[in-house]
Amino acid sequence: MQKRAYFKANWLAYLFIAPQLLIIFVFFYWPASQAMYWAFTLEQPFGGGNQWVGLDNFKAVFSDETYWASIWRSIVFAVLSTGLAMSIALVLALFADRQLRGYRFFRVGMIWPYAIAAPAAALAFRFLFNPQSGVFAYLNTLSPGLWNPALSGVDAMTAIIITQAWKQVSYSFIFFLAGLQSIPRSLIEAGSMDGARVMRRMVDLQLPLLAPTIFFLLVINMTDSFTDSFGIVDILTEGGPARATELMVYKIYVDGFQGLDYSGAAAQSLVLMGLVILMTFFQFRFIERRVHYT
Amino acid sequence: MIERTPLLNIVTHVILVAGALLLIIPIWLAFVAATLTVAEVNSPNVHYLPGGELWNNLTAAWTRAEFGVKFMNSMIVAIAVVIGKVIISAISAFSIVFFNYRLRMVFFWVIFITLMLPLEVRIVPTYSVAANALYPFQTILDATGISWLIAQIAGVELSLEWNMLNSYTGLILPLVATATGTFLYRQFFLTIPDELVEAAKMDGSGPFRFFIEVLLPLSRTNIAALATIMFVYAWNQYLWPLLIITDRANYSTVVMELRRLIPGPDAIADWNVAMAGTLIVMLPPLLVVVLMQRWFVRGLISTEK
Repeated sequence: MQKRAYFKANWLAYLFIAPQLLIIFVFFYWPASQAMYWAFTLEQPFGGGNQWVGLDNFKAVFSDETYWASIWRSIVFAVLSTGLAMSIALVLALFADRQLRGYRFFRVGMIWPYAIAAPAAALAFRFLFNPQSGVFAYLNTLSPGLWNPALSGVDAMTAIIITQAWKQVSYSFIFFLAGLQSIPRSLIEAGSMDGARVMRRMVDLQLPLLAPTIFFLLVINMTDSFTDSFGIVDILTEGGPARATELMVYKIYVDGFQGLDYSGAAAQSLVLMGLVILMTFFQFRFIERRVHYT
Repeated sequence: MIERTPLLNIVTHVILVAGALLLIIPIWLAFVAATLTVAEVNSPNVHYLPGGELWNNLTAAWTRAEFGVKFMNSMIVAIAVVIGKVIISAISAFSIVFFNYRLRMVFFWVIFITLMLPLEVRIVPTYSVAANALYPFQTILDATGISWLIAQIAGVELSLEWNMLNSYTGLILPLVATATGTFLYRQFFLTIPDELVEAAKMDGSGPFRFFIEVLLPLSRTNIAALATIMFVYAWNQYLWPLLIITDRANYSTVVMELRRLIPGPDAIADWNVAMAGTLIVMLPPLLVVVLMQRWFVRGLISTEK
């Protein structure tokens, strides 16, 4: 939509936008370009400026097997937690949208986990997952040693994926429900006059019309899983056991701030930025398309 | 629409109840754990009903993590981020939507791109800026020769420094530097009809007056939504405070202290105290979301348009 009525005082426009521009310059554009510079240089151990090393940092990062493992792990984490959260949210939204009795109660009941901090949820789940006295201890009564996220990498991955998915359900639910409610009622009614029952309408009518929302949430959830994961990993598994849950952001933190390898961490940051931009690129296309839609 | 689907209605209710339970049970169990004694919480059979130790555990967690100061810090940071964000986003969106100047679209994209890279992704370089927030300007002045000029004329070596580590500004400003709010306001401002702007102009209102007396009252819902989202976002920050705060006694936030509550491997696992601490940390954003639920949902959804 294009506006036609504008105010004249352009100096005021510049004045109003200045704080925002200033703050994103200092905390966004400068750091991002700085990361670019560091990624191609190596900091001298005794000061004295940075030495240009070209692609060496990237070579070092990419020839590191633990880095590839962390990329692979992040992708598994992103895909599984997003898939789990979105399918649960989609089913719940489709059924909540039928607006039977008690619908309002469910709507509120499913929104609140959005407010919970990732690390706080992680601490709660660490308790639930602990193999001695948590809920999952039941698994160990079936067969001793079946569940132990402190020893088994698979168990630890399962734990962080479940936690992330649990946390993401409500966010997706809000958007799915809103998407469903913006579908014109007349379409649904036309479908039912043609003899489509509830389930049929869900699958053949509502689901296809929800496609833009599904796509939007896919991108958002994937990006979130890259960024939110730090708190969950740090509290729930601390990257362990034996690096089995060391995701990309966590590895940047460990290498850069505990190992003090800024150049390596900057190169890793750059790879991560590239990955996130690549994923978000699709989102931009999607938003563009939506603008034409409405 | 009236349909008779008795069987499907039962299925619907079962699915919804199951979903609600799935979301509630983890927190319920954490809450129950927070009401038990150490012995009870460590017994192999899981308790599903609360005991009577809630208050003792809460006070134990409060003193162990020294939540007093930190709770205050979290509040200060969250409220400051909310205020900063609500104001800065509103005026920048106003500038982008209601004025027609050459750099308008450039500025819009410059701001919009920041949506792509969350703070966690560019944590390493942002940290170096926080160590000296004026460093970008110093470099620019050096590169353009202005600092050389100043050194020649005034005889002073120009060195700008503003260390943000271990300070509230360091906790707050980088969180304000994202585009979510600007985008939210822009989407709303675009729906305001041109006629309203023209009517205001005809009545002799300048841009400033229009902003204060027409635009702000109309965007109350958006402001409420943005405030809710930002409060949750700021309160729940974990990685950033962890990096820039080393002076934990004075500047740490409650979410940072969660780590300290994890029972160690050697001591008795006092999960009851840990869970009580978790409840304390969760409560403020939870209250905000539940109270603001109506506006918050509307605001979140309008970002998607």
